[in-house]
Amino acid sequence: MILIHCPYCDETRPEIEFANAGEAHIARPEDPSTFDDSQWEGFLFIRSNPRGRHHERWRHIHGCGRFFNAIRDTVTDKFETTYKAGEPRR
Amino acid sequence: MTRFNFVNLFAKSLNAHKDWPEQWPDAAPKAAYDAIIVGGGGHGLAAAYYLAKKYGIRNVAVLEKGWIGGGNTGRNTTIIRSNYLYDESAFLYDHAVKLWDGLSKELNYNIMYSKRGVMMLAHNVHDVQSIKRHIHANRLNGVDNEWLSPAEAKAYCPPLSIDPGARHPVLGAALQRRGGTARHDSVAWGYARGAAALGVDIIQNCAVTAINRGADGAVTGVETTRGPIRSKRIGVSAAGNSSVLMQMAGLSFPLESYPLQALVSEPVKPIFPCVVMSNTVHAYMSQSDKGELVIGAGTDQYVSYSQRGALHIIEHTLAAINEIFPIFSRMRMLRTWGGIVDVTPDRSPIIGKTPVPGLYVNCGWGTGGFKATPGAGDLLAHTMAMDEPHRINAAYNLDRFRNGRLIDEAAAAAVAH
Repeated sequence: MILIHCPYCDETRPEIEFANAGEAHIARPEDPSTFDDSQWEGFLFIRSNPRGRHHERWRHIHGCGRFFNAIRDTVTDKFETTYKAGEPRR
Repeated sequence: MTRFNFVNLFAKSLNAHKDWPEQWPDAAPKAAYDAIIVGGGGHGLAAAYYLAKKYGIRNVAVLEKGWIGGGNTGRNTTIIRSNYLYDESAFLYDHAVKLWDGLSKELNYNIMYSKRGVMMLAHNVHDVQSIKRHIHANRLNGVDNEWLSPAEAKAYCPPLSIDPGARHPVLGAALQRRGGTARHDSVAWGYARGAAALGVDIIQNCAVTAINRGADGAVTGVETTRGPIRSKRIGVSAAGNSSVLMQMAGLSFPLESYPLQALVSEPVKPIFPCVVMSNTVHAYMSQSDKGELVIGAGTDQYVSYSQRGALHIIEHTLAAINEIFPIFSRMRMLRTWGGIVDVTPDRSPIIGKTPVPGLYVNCGWGTGGFKATPGAGDLLAHTMAMDEPHRINAAYNLDRFRNGRLIDEAAAAAVAH
């Protein structure tokens, strides 16, 4: 089980307190009616799925309940950092 | 090629079985091939075998970054079934089951396909309705599946607890009698030996590091850790690493890779005669010919290529197993392991052409690729040889994520499958 640092609680807690919420920094379309099928495909389905540095969202469901972002290496599962939602991509 | 007949066995026994030759040659890469398959698991080896056998394309290389059958082919729970809800899925998976049926004979290699039956349990009214719908849909598509009462389910699988007071009582079950298990290593080895006998080069420890494209955009070959190899036809069958390979050709795929775990118990005498799955408590189990109980766990919640998973996933699975099989509550577990599965948004695979000319793909099998090994190989071979998909895999294209014609087995099964 991996340990995750919640930037809101400022505590490092076990994974079972958290829910993974997929890749981070995928913005909802500003003007959905102008989106064509390819753009919807990109927003809904295409993910970077990198072998290495991955930006992802976590939610501290059994803690503060808030979403935050993290950077984790997908080969070693080691976290590089976690940061609050709304902060710029690192 | 080594043949395991009685005369050979007797002759080799005279020297204490010390001089058995290799089953197929460990090939070194040539400069060019008519076709390259990336990925030496069951799917890739089957594709190479059928390319050589059915389509006469014998100048083929299978490139494997590790060793043959060391990826998900050797890490699954060896279950075979085809009781899927949608028409496209029923045709796809039943195509594979039909090929499993004659495979030991076809390859002259005992893959130990055992039609011991796959039973899926219903624990609540929703399960009963959903499973009966599956049974009717399957029968309309020519896939065998039948409804069992709790007593009939208990008779078919004696260790099952049908205690009506249980937290998740068994209200009935679906049984696909043609479903069962096969020995996964034998499948890889049988296809490898068969393909090599037809002229296919099986190249291990050869990781692809780049996919080369010409001025017209079509593929021209690959760069590998053992040097460049030219080919105008490349089929990628690389499971969890498929999206990494597709990136090398400049393509973004709707895939995410997760660790999926499985585990086995200490070996015991034969006690468990079939495969039992329960979607509600999320457990499935069978017994191997060695006597180990083979248990499939779930995926981790995060994207990873680590080939190991978290212990709490195993705990959750064993709690579910104990719920429906209290008889096994004191069984000790021997080994656990993980494999990396590539999951699509609709939990159905992608088999077919890609936007890059000459590049073909067989990926997205997620948590249930082993059962489809012969079918997936056959369909990838057909697509590569004809440069167009077979009618069975025509619907499994990449365009469905743009035009919305998903084959939504994620919703139909509501569970890893």
